[in-house]
This record gives sequence, structure tokens and C-alpha cells, in this order.
Amino acid sequence: MSALLHYWVSLPLVLQLVIKGLAVIGFMFPFGGACSLIERKISAWMQGRHGPNRAIPFWIAWVPIIGPLLQRLGVFHLMADGGKMFFKEDAIPGHVNKFYFILAPIVAMIPALTTVSVVPFGAYVDTAGQLVPLVLADVDVGLLAVFAVSSLGVYALILAGWASNSKYPFLGGVRASAQLISYELSMTLSILPVFLWVNAPGGSGTLSLFAVVQAQSGPWHSWSGLWFIFTMPVAALIFLVSLFAETNRLPFDMAEGEADLVGGFHTEYGSLKWGLFFVAEYSHMLIGSGVFVLLFLGGWNPLPWLPLATLAGWLGLAGHPLVVGILSVVIFLTKVMFFIFLFMWVRWTVPRFRYDQVMKLGWQKLLPLAIGNLIVYALAIAWVQVKN
Amino acid sequence: MAYVVERKPLTLAERLYLPQIFAGLRITLKHLFAPNVTLQYPEERPAIPPGYRGVPTLVRDPHGREKCVSCQLCEFVCPPKAIRITPGAVPADQPDRLHIEKAPQAFDIDMLRCIYCGLCQEVCPEEAIFLQNQYSLSGYTRAELVNDKARLYELGGTLPDQHYKWDKKKGAAEHGNTH
Repeated sequence: MSALLHYWVSLPLVLQLVIKGLAVIGFMFPFGGACSLIERKISAWMQGRHGPNRAIPFWIAWVPIIGPLLQRLGVFHLMADGGKMFFKEDAIPGHVNKFYFILAPIVAMIPALTTVSVVPFGAYVDTAGQLVPLVLADVDVGLLAVFAVSSLGVYALILAGWASNSKYPFLGGVRASAQLISYELSMTLSILPVFLWVNAPGGSGTLSLFAVVQAQSGPWHSWSGLWFIFTMPVAALIFLVSLFAETNRLPFDMAEGEADLVGGFHTEYGSLKWGLFFVAEYSHMLIGSGVFVLLFLGGWNPLPWLPLATLAGWLGLAGHPLVVGILSVVIFLTKVMFFIFLFMWVRWTVPRFRYDQVMKLGWQKLLPLAIGNLIVYALAIAWVQVKN
Repeated sequence: MAYVVERKPLTLAERLYLPQIFAGLRITLKHLFAPNVTLQYPEERPAIPPGYRGVPTLVRDPHGREKCVSCQLCEFVCPPKAIRITPGAVPADQPDRLHIEKAPQAFDIDMLRCIYCGLCQEVCPEEAIFLQNQYSLSGYTRAELVNDKARLYELGGTLPDQHYKWDKKKGAAEHGNTH
């Protein structure tokens, strides 16, 4: 174990980063596919159906209990779908602009896989007793980088809509651009109070997501032990609604709009290119949920007022950074998975908005609310910090 | 008559939209854990209600005797002309049926033509043809979907008989047709 660790440290830094990056991508990519299966199962259960439960390779059908269970859970449909997606004919319609048509899904994947690099997904306590984040790049611009890169995702939709050279994709692309611009504003404004609180005057300013989690890991009965969702519920709500809009999830699926736009921006796409759009969408969901958890739900802290380090101390894991790291990742991913479930839960609950309602909600409701929220919290935080 | 629907002004809770969303989330969550209503079709079959009109079949009486007397009423009444009967004599190896004039030599129902109207069952004076429970029918060729006599009896099986009409007629004839 230690030999392996030693070998790992002896590797060149670039190689270490590349391996870490590939590992994260290797998690994200199948995760997109798994999400589509989870989505199908959850939507089926919510509608009183069984969902996909037929596919099973014959050699697993021989395994007595586990085989049928996996079959009922539809696990093999994931491989069947993935296999289909990879091997089916990739038809490119004659009327499209070929170069941009092929470029669009690639452009969709880049921000989806890039944003993950600045999102910490766990932490461990090192030998000096310091909490160290598990993150590909713990940069000070953290959240700004996430927003900057993830908002590039909309260009893929616009590009796809434009390159398809037909009316439904075009309308989908136009809608996507308008919607994403509208909600970006309230999204960014809603999280400003969090950073006003984190960056108390006197300290060095940071937008790092790790610092936000640190600000939520205080001891029992301290203000900093409370997660921000309890101290800033309105901000959390605005951020969550904007997140739904930013990820083009129902009830904000204007860009796809199966009901009125056939398939929206991906109408002309098929096979793997279509699949890439979906992996990108699910990756956005994953990153978005992760950012929400870090900002408002205490990241890898198991409970409010119960920081990870304290829990690790109780469990006697102080000297085992690896175990603590895995524990933190599990806690974090549990929270993230709850949000992925929430995305699907809301999808089958709330009917989709009309386009003008989406615009009205974004500009006339959420944006003023976000600004008002910012002003109130700015005053409150100033008052609290002056008093201290 | 045209009338105006009064739209009540929405309350604050309604305009916030959130209580409604939470109520909806509760309902969908309830459905998430509710038992599924889908029938797993090929393994599970729906319960067929009495009086169901499935594939038309020929039935035997409880003594295993053929009931059809080849009167051809069903053939005549059949709207899509799906039934073809070739009348013949009662086989000599069935001595207790020798007083019956005819029996079908061949009896074909073309299931590609049949419209499951049930007129054949309704018109049959012998209660020999019934539309029973079978609803799923498939084949690789057209010929496969023409049910011949053997297949019709195989599908039909035996149904209880209230009358034993021909036994009564035989008895009456033996007593000189006194009534």
C-alpha cells in the first residue's frame, strides 16, 4: 500500500494530473449513461410501471438470485443501450452544415467534462491534522471557473441548432440561448451572499468551493456549523430553480421541448452524437448538484454542526487519510445522488412551463428576488460582522 | 348560452407556486413506492371476463362427442365468410350418433378473415361453436392461420351441456315419438 503510494508520489506531476483527470472522466462518462437508466426506472416507478427489466446476458441468467434481481433493475439495458448507441449507423442528414454539425456534440462534452476539475468531491485529514480537499485543481477562482466554463455549454446547443439547418433545432437553439442567459444572472446573484459570508473582511478573498465547505464545518451551536441552506434558504431556492433552467431539465426543457419542437436542438442527431448530448446534460446535472451540495448543503460534512473531521475523530480514523477520503466522497456522492433523484422527481411532478412563463419567471420573479436577497443579506452580514 | 367564468384572485400561497409543487412532489413520491400496475404480459395474463369473444372454436359434449351437425348455418351467417364447412356422414365408429344425419367432414375457419363478431356462436342450434378465451394468435404463414377441424376441437375442448338434445331425440324415437 505504502509502496504504491510512494510510487504514485514519485510520478511526474503532469502524469499524476492526467491520470486523475482520466479517472474522473472515466467516472463521469458511464455515469451519464447510468443516469439515463436511473431516469427511465424512476419515471416508470412514478407512473406505476416496471420500467426496463428484460435484457439479461444468458451467462448471468444462470446466477440464481443476483441475476434476476439485476434483470429486474434493468442494469443490462444500460449496456444494451450503450452498445446500440455505439454501433448503430450514424446518419448525417444532407441539409446540415457538416463541420459544425459534428463539432456541436464535441463542444457539448468539453465544458461538461472540464468543470469537474475545480469541483472538490471529498476531503481527507493529513498527518498535520489539516483538511485537504480531493480536487483536481483547487484554484482560488473555483466557482467562477465552474460558471464560466459551464455556461459555454449553451454554445453547443446553439451550434447544434444552427448547424442542423432546419426549423425545430433552430428554435430549440434560440430558446436555449435566451433561457440560459436569463437564468445565469439570478444564479450568479443568488450565490453572492454565500461568498460575502465566506470572505469576511480582513481575510484573503477566495471563490474556492473548498473554502465554502470549510465555512460550513463549524462545531456544535456555532453559526459556521449551520449549512447555508438553513441560513440562506431563499438564495438556495433561487440557485436550485436556476440550476434546473441551466441544465435544461423539466420543467424548463425549452431547448428540447419534445411536446412542441420534436426534439429541439437534437432533432437531427442520432446514435453516438445524440448520446454525447445526453451524457453532457447528465454531467451538467452532476456538476450542478455537486456545486449546490458544496455551497448550501455542507459538502462532505455528514450533518449540520458535525464536520467530517469530528466524525473521523469519533470513528477513530484520524490516522487513515485514505479511509477518511473514501468516507467523505461517499457522503458527498450520497448528497449529489439525492439531487439527481430530485431532478427526476421534479421532472415527473411539475408540468413544463410555456416559453413566455419561463422568461417571466426568470426576469420578473427570480432576478428581482435574487437582487433583493443580495441586498438584505449584504446588510445583515455587514451588521453581524460589525457587531463581532 | 355564453357565460363568464369567475376567476378568483390567487392567494399568496398559490402565487408562490411552491406549496403546490411540494404537494405534487408528495403525490409522485407516493406513486414511486406504490405497487406497479403494469401486467408483465407474456408471463402474466389478464383475467378474461365471462362472455369474452376470443377465437371461435368447436366444442365437444361431456361424453366427448362431436356436437356440430354440419348444418352450415354459421357458414351462411358469417359476415366475412371466414367459415368453410364440407358436410359429410357421421363416422360409422360412433354408433350412438348414427341417428344424426350429418357431421362436418372438414371445418375451416380462416382467422385472417374472422372479425370475432360471435354470430356463428349465436346462430348455432347445436351450441357447438363458441368464441372462447384465446385472444393471442400468430403465425408465420397464411396457411397457419386457417384453423382446421382438428385444431378447432383442440382449442375448443369440452363444455358442459344442458340438453343432450340428440340423446333426447333418440329416446323419443325409441318410444315412438309419442309427444
